[in-house]
Amino acid sequence: MTVSERIAAADVRKVAKLARLALADDEIDLYTVQLADMLEHFADIDALELDDVEPMTHPFPLSNVFRADVVRPVLDRDEVLAAAPAAQDGRFRVPPMIEES
Amino acid sequence: MAIFPTVVDTAAAVRSGARRAVDVIDEHLGRVAEREGEIHAFNLVLAESARAAAATIDAKVASGEDPGPLAGVPVALKDNMCTRGVDTTCSSRILEGWKPPYTATAVERLIAAGAITVGKTNLDEFAMGSSTENSAFGPTRNPLDISRVPGGSSGGSAAAVAAGFAPFALGSDTGGSIRQPAALCGVVGVKPTYGMVSRYGLIAFASSLDQIGPFTHTVADAATVLEVIGGHDPMDSTSLPRPAMSLLETLDRGVEGLRIGRISDLPAGADGDVMDRLDAAFAALESAGAKIVDVEMPAYGYGLTAYYLVAPAEASSNLSRFDGVRFGLRVAGESTIEMMSATRAAGFGAEVKRRIMLGTYALSAGYYDAYYGKALKVRRLIADDFAAAYQHCDVMLTPTSPTVAFEFGSKGDNPLAMYLCDTYTIPSNLTGHPGMSVPYGTGQFGLPVGVQVLAPALGEPVMFQVAAELERRAL
Repeated sequence: MTVSERIAAADVRKVAKLARLALADDEIDLYTVQLADMLEHFADIDALELDDVEPMTHPFPLSNVFRADVVRPVLDRDEVLAAAPAAQDGRFRVPPMIEES
Repeated sequence: MAIFPTVVDTAAAVRSGARRAVDVIDEHLGRVAEREGEIHAFNLVLAESARAAAATIDAKVASGEDPGPLAGVPVALKDNMCTRGVDTTCSSRILEGWKPPYTATAVERLIAAGAITVGKTNLDEFAMGSSTENSAFGPTRNPLDISRVPGGSSGGSAAAVAAGFAPFALGSDTGGSIRQPAALCGVVGVKPTYGMVSRYGLIAFASSLDQIGPFTHTVADAATVLEVIGGHDPMDSTSLPRPAMSLLETLDRGVEGLRIGRISDLPAGADGDVMDRLDAAFAALESAGAKIVDVEMPAYGYGLTAYYLVAPAEASSNLSRFDGVRFGLRVAGESTIEMMSATRAAGFGAEVKRRIMLGTYALSAGYYDAYYGKALKVRRLIADDFAAAYQHCDVMLTPTSPTVAFEFGSKGDNPLAMYLCDTYTIPSNLTGHPGMSVPYGTGQFGLPVGVQVLAPALGEPVMFQVAAELERRAL
């Protein structure tokens, strides 16, 4: 793949939407160039034979980490809500999530 | 270079009653008052609460109560560690003004041991960077030369120790963010084995790579701090189920008979002055009775690519929680999605947005296998390289940073140029192994050079053993 084939402005707009980032046009242009440069550099690993290699997601395989099933103190609700941008009736307050029809 | 009080000496003086903790705090706050204006190590200085905590320590000493192994020792905390009721910003506009409802485990353990928080230190926003130039609150300057960066991302913590603002600091290391600034500021910096220090309350960047560790003036100080903050924490499901290690007892053992690995195919890119110091370190250890062994690490150089796909992928997921609902900034929007998108666009800086974009792309449908999936396989190859190398050696030495401290703006607008700062530190984050940077003389412009000591998982005892020998030989 050539650099221009790796990523285009339309891809970057789609990624910005997935990432919940309302980017300005100049940011889209900048990131298109910079992401293409990076992906070009990262193509160095294409030279490696990886078919039979097991992916490694984590340094050490710890699994089934459980605690005892007993009630223990949790964060104070008022303290948590006091640190939020908006709260009401003991809950986080957000703008409408579903459009009214 | 000025000689500042150590952790070990300060704690001993306060515990014995030879010095009052309030005087220790005032001495350090005095240096902050003198130089913080030009250095900007801190996002927040906690003078009042530090003096109050010191008075409590002094009262304990007076009444014969044990004030703890770190009694009265000032500590500077990287501002990505939660401190209950005290602003924690990650040097980002998106968290400005947020006060966490809980305290990080590592910090809790320091406080319980008698340490006193003097401030929250500056960092590259969300720990993404290698110069502390990416802070929303302005850069930190290197105390040894204020025209140069302190390194990053824990640049404020490194600078605070180098400037004598605190005998030790905590930082976090995801790809070198403790070791590289330690090297550039001429102090000791340790990234412990993944899982040795709890990540509870450390605001996550890349969860499979992040690890908290200390900055200190001496190897013994670093061992002292790690003995306090290490060990299992049930609040972190990736915490290793084992107690903290005994490290101080290893420091006087010398290196007779140890096998020190030299990577014969080490990725190029380090400056001549840095490589000269590395060669000198090998020679010093050899003359101290160690055996130098050449090892091959063919995948080491691919660490940069694996890291810059894995870390942004994890970050894009971790940073999704900053959406204007629960913490900090909110920018108004007609719908929840508009509010979130506007908040994140306004609250994150350029480098953080870039990494979120890169990570989201690497994880997105159609590209996952080509980028993230491949990066995880490269990660395995690197781990296999380390395993093979440690069949032949006990530790390995590399440069910590390819260069001494560089000037502000010298990496320009090219993100890749900055990423290359992490070439030598990244692989041990990918594998979860410990690594530490030890000051080993000076290079160009009389600036400090750090040598990196790498050890296998849970190899901190031998890593500290070798680091202590290097420290003795560097004098």
